[in-house]
Amino acid sequence: MTDAALLLDVRGLTVEYDVGRHIAPLRAVDGVSLTVAARETVGLVGESGSGKSTIGRAILGLAPIKEGNISFAGVDITHAGHRERRRLSADLQVIFQDPYSSLNPTRTIGQTLGETLRVHGETGRGEVAHRVAAMLERVGLPADAAGRYPAHFSGGQRQRIAIARALMARPRLVICDEPVSALDLSVQAQVLNLLRELQDELQLSYLFIAHDLAVVRHLSHRIIVLYRGRVMEQGEAAVVYARPAHPYTQILLEAAPLPDPDAQRRRRLRRSNRRANAAIADAENGCPFAPRCPFAIEICRSVRPRLETTSSGSLVACHRWREVHDQTEPTDTGAVTGSRS
Amino acid sequence: MSATEVAFAPVSDDPAGAVTEAPRFLRRLLRKPIAVACLAYLAVVVGVAIVAPFVLPDVAGEQAGDLLAVRQGPSWNHLLGTDTLGRDVLDRLLVGSRVTMVGVAEALFVVLALGVPLGLAAGFFGGRVDRVVGWLADLAFSMPAIIIILVVLSVFPQSMLAGMVTLGVLAAPGLMRVVRSATLPVREELYIAAARVSGLSRTYIIGRHVLPRIAGAVIVQASLLSAAALLVQSGLAFLNLLVAPPAPSWGGMIADAATAIVLQPWLIWPPGVAIALTILAFGLLGDAVRDATTERWSAPVRRKKQRRAPSAASAAVRETTHAQALLSIDGLTVAFPSPAGRIRVIEDVSFQIGAGETVGLVGESGCGKTVTAMAILGLVPGNGEIEAGRVVFDSRELVGLAERELSRVRGKEIALISQEPMISLNPVFRIGWQLAEAVQRHHGVSRRAARARARELLRQVRLPQPEIVARRYPHQLSGGMAQRVAIARALAGEPRLLIADEPTTALDVTVQAEILDLLRELQREQKMAILLVTHDWGVVADICDRAVVMYAGQIVERAASLPIFRQPLHPYTEALLASNPQHAPEDRLLPTIPGMVPKPGVWPTGCHFHPRCTYATAACRQRPILLEQPAADRETRCIHYDRLLATR
Repeated sequence: MTDAALLLDVRGLTVEYDVGRHIAPLRAVDGVSLTVAARETVGLVGESGSGKSTIGRAILGLAPIKEGNISFAGVDITHAGHRERRRLSADLQVIFQDPYSSLNPTRTIGQTLGETLRVHGETGRGEVAHRVAAMLERVGLPADAAGRYPAHFSGGQRQRIAIARALMARPRLVICDEPVSALDLSVQAQVLNLLRELQDELQLSYLFIAHDLAVVRHLSHRIIVLYRGRVMEQGEAAVVYARPAHPYTQILLEAAPLPDPDAQRRRRLRRSNRRANAAIADAENGCPFAPRCPFAIEICRSVRPRLETTSSGSLVACHRWREVHDQTEPTDTGAVTGSRS
Repeated sequence: MSATEVAFAPVSDDPAGAVTEAPRFLRRLLRKPIAVACLAYLAVVVGVAIVAPFVLPDVAGEQAGDLLAVRQGPSWNHLLGTDTLGRDVLDRLLVGSRVTMVGVAEALFVVLALGVPLGLAAGFFGGRVDRVVGWLADLAFSMPAIIIILVVLSVFPQSMLAGMVTLGVLAAPGLMRVVRSATLPVREELYIAAARVSGLSRTYIIGRHVLPRIAGAVIVQASLLSAAALLVQSGLAFLNLLVAPPAPSWGGMIADAATAIVLQPWLIWPPGVAIALTILAFGLLGDAVRDATTERWSAPVRRKKQRRAPSAASAAVRETTHAQALLSIDGLTVAFPSPAGRIRVIEDVSFQIGAGETVGLVGESGCGKTVTAMAILGLVPGNGEIEAGRVVFDSRELVGLAERELSRVRGKEIALISQEPMISLNPVFRIGWQLAEAVQRHHGVSRRAARARARELLRQVRLPQPEIVARRYPHQLSGGMAQRVAIARALAGEPRLLIADEPTTALDVTVQAEILDLLRELQREQKMAILLVTHDWGVVADICDRAVVMYAGQIVERAASLPIFRQPLHPYTEALLASNPQHAPEDRLLPTIPGMVPKPGVWPTGCHFHPRCTYATAACRQRPILLEQPAADRETRCIHYDRLLATR
């Protein structure tokens, strides 16, 4: 893939939050580089505190960037001002996790969706109403939803409204920050399907942030695994899911319980055979995952591993990835595997 | 047109949607008699203040009235009597209301014009703006208000405008702080972030998104400030600092009455009552506005619960046959009162839990899982109540048990852990103290023994360094640690049944795996039964011996774990399992269930699932479906289970 096709290019992104006057700032994201191509879905996975949402917020200009740069469609937007952001908002949009806090309870759905258009100069009342109605229909809501308040809608419906708001300006990239984590299983499937259909129809790119690897794998072409603000592994979704090269990815995969009692019992057994090397203490300069890692050795404490390319084409930040990679039999996922192409 | 589009079509004729609609603010306010009375009174006062000076143009300039009839009490000629110069008190009261109201309006205008924008700016932008505004506010707070006003009035003698503007400026920092602190949480709301990403200007966001959310607080403050301004205005008028005689004002009339208080005590009453009533009206109005703004999201007050003994009929029909079960629920039905009558949220729920067994209660939100779990403990949320059914724990009937006896069962014999462990921990006490307190309550042991037991409990839930954890406060714990502490506290009473309501939903997957392992180990050690409420089939597969699936208030399937995954016998179970992304084939859409779970009160007749079911036939719509027993130890509320068998 050539650079020209890259929609989003993040290089060496570091985000720090001030936590107090005499305390070292909290480094939420530490030198993360990632790219999203046109019409591509990149999944960003990690546990709470991994910095995955912060990366999304930094791209949207909602988090303080300490180092690194972000470019969108070839234009540097690292420190974009208010006016530039305003222009950018036509191309770059967001869907948040919490369907309750992401819609203003005092504004009708029509007002919420319509105001996005007004930013971009569309002010004709009829035209705005028409496009709002069309978008509501597209995301599977009745057109009369425009006159109602968010309180009338269930979590799944609110998430559809949030999707509609993000798509009003016809963006090219949508940051999806855990868009289905708060939803029930059957509703989650409906929303995931909707996101996939819309991607094909509107040629969207997604940066899909989630903690659930199964959800991410279902939608993503590529997956990036984060731990404490650093990239641990990055590669084709199917490869990362089926043959993880980083111990953390393995642990993450095996921690999710399978909806099959037999397969889950096997998985649990495998997990219990693997225990972290307790002798490895938290190390400032080493691998952030070393204290929890069953593969950790002395070097993991002193030298921070660089991202290396594995035989299957993934990037992995681990000193012992060869052993880890060779040791893993294709994981028992209880499902058909394959890649989105 | 995709399946997902069809799915949400029936939303417009959802009758429950109309019920949940919160009436608009003004309508809610006007429903309160006290608010209506205050508004009416204030409207009259304002009306008089506007009209009276035109109707009675001479009163303002009247130096003296009938000097032969001074200090008279009420009579037909002078309804409220006459003052020390023989002028009609009623006339002066009516005309004087203008000066009073204008003063209040001036002060209020200045307070709002300064306080609201500054507060919004300080709260929304934060940082340097906040610091500068805060510094100015501190400056204003440190100045003695009454002295400043007196100084200003000495420069501008008898200028009410100057006096009230000064008052407004000095009162603005108070409002500013209220607005600022109301703005801070709104600023963090995701829809503000979404609006910023949409490229909306900051003034637009403040005006359209923030202001409506804090309007309630501002209105409350404004009405209280009006009362304060009225008081100050009257005080200054009493000192004759605002209005040049002979022009009437309420404060001035009190001053006049005060000189003659021994000769004619009546004179103090008309202006005094007018001032008191107006201040009262402002204050009560503020109160009513506050109630009306919070009413939308505050829960209705819980009424005294009338416990019903289980109806004889249902008890007779279902004589428990599961003598060996630790917990046996039979025909449990919970209903909530609503304007449209009683609405059932769970209906005829029956299942058993054996000693040391783990049972998963599965379903989506709104299916009644949590209500069922809480009803076991006699803790029906809100003002719902158990309408029928029995809950037998260790051959003791819990429904209808007195609150005191129930509370002895709760915690000690049946413990509860919830999705949010932080909620169950008191933020101001150390972990060790809270655990020891729970131990003492259940076992009545000495303080020292309780403390030792607390340490042991922390070790039992595999917390590393229990001594250090015991000295911590809840906010110093991570989510996983907090859930371990919550489990430790649940174990304090050595319960025989642990109700775990989505115990791992809020946790990371790796932490979830650890907590599930912990529950499994504890169960082995303590021989404790677990009722696990969850929506995650993975959790069921991991830990549960049996599963009970609920849909729209009913149990739809009941079976041991393995067979339910291998061969679901209810279409809802089958569809729910299929929509799991872990099962999904790549590059294809996930199988979904069209539509959504119907709300209580609008359950369809017949099978509750039939509108969303691919197997549904006419028979499913006609009458309620009963639980059938297709095989030993399997139950399903579906008449088409044989067709499910055929598809495999």
